[in-house]
Amino acid sequence: MTKVKSLTDLKRMKETLQAKIDLREKGEAAENLVQIKVAMATCGIASGAKTVMEFLIDELGKRGINAVVTQTGCMGYCYAEPTIEVKLPHADPVVFGYVDTKKADEIIERYIKKGELVDGIIPVNYESINNI
Amino acid sequence: MKDLSLHVLDIAQNSVVAQAKVIQITLDINREKDYIELIVKDNGKGMDRDFLDRVIDPFTTTRTTRRVGLGIPLLKQNAEHTGGKFAIDSEPGVGTTLTARFIPSHIDCLPLGDLAGTFALLICSYPDINFKIEVTTEKGRFTISTEKIIEAIDGVTLNDSSVYPLVKELIKSNLDEL
Repeated sequence: MTKVKSLTDLKRMKETLQAKIDLREKGEAAENLVQIKVAMATCGIASGAKTVMEFLIDELGKRGINAVVTQTGCMGYCYAEPTIEVKLPHADPVVFGYVDTKKADEIIERYIKKGELVDGIIPVNYESINNI
Repeated sequence: MKDLSLHVLDIAQNSVVAQAKVIQITLDINREKDYIELIVKDNGKGMDRDFLDRVIDPFTTTRTTRRVGLGIPLLKQNAEHTGGKFAIDSEPGVGTTLTARFIPSHIDCLPLGDLAGTFALLICSYPDINFKIEVTTEKGRFTISTEKIIEAIDGVTLNDSSVYPLVKELIKSNLDEL
């Protein structure tokens, strides 16, 4: 792969990029995507959320999984950071705690690919503190 | 925080939450004159005098999920540990400017860390916000903005996972030369 050193290089990469995205997105509506949110508040960042987020973006791309990885704020599970929320198509979102790159790998391979449950899920027993 | 780049990532989230449309991140690294100056300026909703006075207090936060807000206090502490300075100024409706100055020769000064990754993550995660990034050293200056990147890749969404590695590489190869 050519090195990207300037905006012109980036522009040149655009066509390959577009083709790659078109190929992947064919017939994939937004609700069919895997959506991952990485908690990136002070607590998350201090515990290594940036490494996890970079790992997820890189690996999901490499392993050909159609996913959107975004940042979110603190979900209130500061003790279990880094936390990520994974929403598989047509399923309720699941929050995982203590996610390092090893755990993230396990989540991709077992939960995202096969739908198996993986240790480290933070149970959600109410929607919000005012709505038990 | 383990390094300065993580502070940048963290502090920029405050501007994002403040609904800023433009976030300017300026980093001036001058080892000869022995200072690193970080300025984060946004055009978000700003803070009133009363809140500004309390913002360096770890028990001040706008969020409801927890009762502490450590982003600003930790940055202030790390800057002051090196003998540097910290300042924050804000005006409601206009925006906020935060300045942190570090003394890099001090043993407690944090390493710079993965700046390219931080900038690329910010740019790719928030396509609606125009990040204007400027890094200056004795050797030269590098500037990049969300606007310019969107222009270059026009039509491709920024938060697609194949864009991030390219943006990171672009920033990294330029920063490495500084």
